[in-house]
Amino acid sequence: MQALRQLESAALAIPRANVDTDQIVPARFLKRPRSEDFGEVLFHDQRHLLGAMPRGAARIVVAGRNFGCGSSREHAVWALYDYGFRAAIAPSFGDIFRSNALKNGFLPVVLAEEVVAGMLQVLARTPGARIALDVERQTVTAPGGAVHHFDIEPFARQCLLEGQDELDYTLTQADRIAEFERAYEAP
Amino acid sequence: MTLFEKIWRRHVVLEREDGHALLYVDRHYLQDGSGPAFEMLRRRGLKPRVPQRAFAVPDHYVPTDSRDLATLRDPANRRVAEALTRNTGAAGIARFDLSDARQGIVHVVGPEQGMSRPGMLIVCGDSHTSTHGALGALAFGIGATEVAHVLATQTLWQKKPKAMRITVDGTLPEGVTAKDLILAIIAKISAAGAVGHAIEYAGSTIAALSMEGRFTVCNMSIEAGARAGMVAPDDKTFAYLEGRPSSPKGADWDRALARWRALGSDADAKFDREESLDAGSIAPMVTWGNSPEDALPITGRVPDPASAPDAAKRESMLRALDYMGLAPGTPLTEITVERVFIGSCTNGRIEDLRSAAAVAKGRKVASGVEAWVVPGSGLVKAQAEAEGLDRIFKEAGFQWRYAGCSSCLATNGDTVASGERCASSTNRNFQGRQGPGARTHLMSPAMCAAAAVTGRLADVRRLA
Repeated sequence: MQALRQLESAALAIPRANVDTDQIVPARFLKRPRSEDFGEVLFHDQRHLLGAMPRGAARIVVAGRNFGCGSSREHAVWALYDYGFRAAIAPSFGDIFRSNALKNGFLPVVLAEEVVAGMLQVLARTPGARIALDVERQTVTAPGGAVHHFDIEPFARQCLLEGQDELDYTLTQADRIAEFERAYEAP
Repeated sequence: MTLFEKIWRRHVVLEREDGHALLYVDRHYLQDGSGPAFEMLRRRGLKPRVPQRAFAVPDHYVPTDSRDLATLRDPANRRVAEALTRNTGAAGIARFDLSDARQGIVHVVGPEQGMSRPGMLIVCGDSHTSTHGALGALAFGIGATEVAHVLATQTLWQKKPKAMRITVDGTLPEGVTAKDLILAIIAKISAAGAVGHAIEYAGSTIAALSMEGRFTVCNMSIEAGARAGMVAPDDKTFAYLEGRPSSPKGADWDRALARWRALGSDADAKFDREESLDAGSIAPMVTWGNSPEDALPITGRVPDPASAPDAAKRESMLRALDYMGLAPGTPLTEITVERVFIGSCTNGRIEDLRSAAAVAKGRKVASGVEAWVVPGSGLVKAQAEAEGLDRIFKEAGFQWRYAGCSSCLATNGDTVASGERCASSTNRNFQGRQGPGARTHLMSPAMCAAAAVTGRLADVRRLA
């Protein structure tokens, strides 16, 4: 996993609620191997959502509530990532999407509904307005310069900062798992 | 303590200071979409830690017009389905192949075999894993990286969700099913209403539901944004499980039963959130838009964006009406359909097929409508055939097909064509869900059958 510490970039507005993972990557593309470029199929049937900026120019998505709801397909994160995005800002995320994102070096930032609405308004007036993220300080700097704090679990933050993998850590705990298994009576 | 809390605590291997817990997984289901996780393991040189806790069945990519993978038109689909055989074979993971009479949708097969049981922690790389919570288990969907993590360690890191209780009391009116109930719940609390929560469904209505109805309700918890949905195990749960192939037997059964009886939420259990619903107020529901929260009683009309509470909602309604090809104010019963799909992990069980067959019996599928029945598993199909339901469907003009996920998400090529409108007993009406440009209306299996025989969305209570 690639580390993510700071990011300053143009942002893409997707001013919609409930953008589901079927929209982010339609199911017919899920059979592609991970080695292929999923950026090609990001919002495949609604490519206009990606706006006029060239691919890779915007690295942050700002969207309405419940972004990434629906199917557990990790391909949704892969498609955003491969296209060039590294973070999304929304009032809420689909739980599984959020978890998948953090495991791929993609930062899901939850901010208050009115703060996100404000950012979407700025982006509507000024497409490509810039936003800055700082994982260490847990801050988002909005286009107007206002700084907002966001929450993230300490371990997920550490993994992002160091590009570290959860699995590597868990494997170091194999003894604890074995100990649990010895005492465990299955339900 | 809540049911959720009791199961959570039993499975904690490690706890971090930030409240994240490493949880032990009792049952890990795999399906033919699991290829990327096996690839991740291979790249790291890892092998499954406890292969006997995993079980695999192909469902997403299998054909439903035959039992031969060679009939899949797209060779890439075939490769995906075949990869499951290779991956699980090499890992020593038990599997039902396509040729096995017990093959089916993983969320139908697991409970059917007694592999999902009360108190278990169950995961699968599929969001509808919440289905298994109906048995009093903590069950949720995970992504590919997490599937690889579970294979390698038999554990999973989880942030503890909050506990939410949805209490439904009263009697469901005639013609109103578990599907209508869960659609009414989602319409009430919204598609994001339960984000970050594990839902426990409770109350007299839930207690009165059959196990199959409870599966339907828990299945769509994810459509309300929930991490999991569950129902406390009771005598119905135990009767359902007794004698199933993987259920405990003899003295083991008695011991298990004693543990299961203690699982329910304590009388003084505290929930972070409570919602309630009156079952008597629910009518047969259909969706009109592109989110499961866009559900209305069949007696209603297509809503008018002009009455939306704010601009964002108005725009989203306009977009949905445009995609769905609907005009505001149209009575829902005037919407005509070209396709009907009865099946899926939500509504592909025997009671679902019985309720649809009761409507189809002695009637004909309307002209210009293509209607499919896809049983949730080979065993459901066999049971339906033993009861003569297949004949009822075929005589009415339905296609009677083999088990699989099929047109719910159409990964196997069972698509609904662009612009076609489908009455569907599935779980998602997202844009393009059943195929690019396909227009999906969610409803119960009986309502699907009513749509098939009338050629339009119809109130099943009015079909005399």
